[in-house]
Amino acid sequence: MTRPLVSVKNLTRVFDVSKPWLNRVIERLPKARLTAVSDVSFDIPERQVYALVGESGSGKSTIGKMIVGLLNPSDGVVEVEGIDLSRETDPAKVDKVRSDIQMIFQDPFASLNPRWKVRDIIVEPVAARGGDTKGMAERLLEQVGLSAEDAGKFPHEFSGGQRQRICIARALASEPKLIVCDEPTSALDVSVQAQVLNLMSDLKDEFGLTYLFITHDLTVVQHMADRVGVLYLGRLVEEAAPGTLFERPAHPYTQMLLAAAPKMDGFGREVEPPKGEIPDPINPPPGCAFNPRCPLADDRCRSERPELREVEGSRVACHYAERALALMAEAEPA
Amino acid sequence: MTETVLSVRDLIVEIPTRDAVLRPVDQVSYDIAAGEILGVVGESGAGKSMTGNAVIGLLDRPAHITGGEIWLNGRRIDQLRGDAMRRVRGKEIGMVFQDPLTSLNPLLQIGEQLTETMLAHLDISEAEARKRAIAALDEVGIPAAASRIDSYPHEFSGGMRQRVVIALALCAEPSLVIADEPTTALDVSVQAQIISLLRRLCRERGTAVMLVTHDMGVIAEAADRVAVMYAGRLAELGPVREVIQRPRHPYTEGLMGSTPLASRGQARLRQIPGAMPRLGRLPDGCAFHPRCPKAEDRCRQNPTPRLDADQGRAACWFPVEHKEAAE
Repeated sequence: MTRPLVSVKNLTRVFDVSKPWLNRVIERLPKARLTAVSDVSFDIPERQVYALVGESGSGKSTIGKMIVGLLNPSDGVVEVEGIDLSRETDPAKVDKVRSDIQMIFQDPFASLNPRWKVRDIIVEPVAARGGDTKGMAERLLEQVGLSAEDAGKFPHEFSGGQRQRICIARALASEPKLIVCDEPTSALDVSVQAQVLNLMSDLKDEFGLTYLFITHDLTVVQHMADRVGVLYLGRLVEEAAPGTLFERPAHPYTQMLLAAAPKMDGFGREVEPPKGEIPDPINPPPGCAFNPRCPLADDRCRSERPELREVEGSRVACHYAERALALMAEAEPA
Repeated sequence: MTETVLSVRDLIVEIPTRDAVLRPVDQVSYDIAAGEILGVVGESGAGKSMTGNAVIGLLDRPAHITGGEIWLNGRRIDQLRGDAMRRVRGKEIGMVFQDPLTSLNPLLQIGEQLTETMLAHLDISEAEARKRAIAALDEVGIPAAASRIDSYPHEFSGGMRQRVVIALALCAEPSLVIADEPTTALDVSVQAQIISLLRRLCRERGTAVMLVTHDMGVIAEAADRVAVMYAGRLAELGPVREVIQRPRHPYTEGLMGSTPLASRGQARLRQIPGAMPRLGRLPDGCAFHPRCPKAEDRCRQNPTPRLDADQGRAACWFPVEHKEAAE
């Protein structure tokens, strides 16, 4: 059994969202804490694409930031290549792991310095460590489908899709093993998204990369992922291979999400739209966080929080996953 | 039932710049019937929002209409100015924008915004307007409407705010609603709620809807007919099922091929090479020809065949043929 490249154990992150001290004293308010990520565990094996999906406020970006080390966990451990970045004391080891992790952000307009030339942007991760960068930008630009002459240009001369290619080139510069992609194609048009997704799968095969794919777009997940984790209000509610997840979703939330997603062949489809909205994360409902919107919820769901458990090859956090699966199979026309 | 509410003929919008005159909307023609939802799709810069803004008379200067006609319920509205247009806007055309936070006034209670709109356009008393505002909020699915009517926009979530905006757009009982990316800022589950709400209300009242979006899935589920725009021109116009399952314009076909689909699994996405040209640098002939696999000399030199509102599917010299036996 080989060690997974990334191992996340009981990861928790709490943000203090209290009002300033004086307001709290005068208005007699308690401290307010928002638990963005709560007790999340998963592994990413090498050369795999792990996708985290969820709606806004589900904590998916927070997990990504903790894995690259932009945020420290409040509790729990992130191990990359067996090293816990937030606790490791040997600077040489930390440095090694840091250069193995890169990130691609959602907005290619905000993530490139407008005053730098593309060449300087791309080689920055290597130059900062004193590496040799001669000809590197040109080579990388060609690898991501741009031309070598583009190295002398500024970011404003490129379109959104081209900028995202530059971001990918920059991420590749330090020859990373893991790239955390936070909504990499959400700001792009469909035809450009297809180009970028194809490029990302090509590069994955070529360089043996591992991706953590963070997105809200289920079709992209279905296309890219080897394994999918579904988040709801900071907790992992279901984890499965994409085939299983999309054909036989076991958690009622996943079922709702899949039913709500617009389908290209759903002409004039009349769906029962999902009930309710995501609850306030500062005061989440007791028990299972999904219980106010869940058709299967009963008293047990309102008091006891379900743990992740194995159900037919998936990991599901639901007391009644079997029933949910059976209901789903019944509803399906034969 | 099938009376035409909105009829746009050869609409041209131009933006004069220092170097050249840009045409973000170029000879676009289409009709929308009562109770019908027309989806307008295209990528950024295709001119889909600009078309909607031209209809409602909200083009930002220096963009202006330089050609064509816009008819609403048998009346020509593209030449109306100032007060005359203001009476049409809100009364006869309702608008739902992408961002529900910026389309509501944060300093006014939502009830005030609703009654203000109704008092401006309908001949009713203030008490009656308030009663109708509560009914409108109730209808768009806001729980406890009677007590929520005095809340401010910031007290609502994104989905609830978009419901308020829809109530606002529909409260003067317009015959046409222009919804410009109404669900793009929302989560999937809320998006499904909003789309089904929009569909239900329009069917019940026979309101014509122009639904502008870049999401093909939303179009497939909500629209009756779809107009595909590319570089300011109509590329294809037809019934939604036809356009999605049997696209005739190579651009529409490429667009469908690049959308990840469940049925295709993880196979490589078909991609359209290149990107949409900038408005200042449109190629001669068909604007799509540099990216088109089937382009020939004819496409490079001659403008594409005209796509009229009532006939023709694709503005293309060599439309994609589909074998009837397919599938």
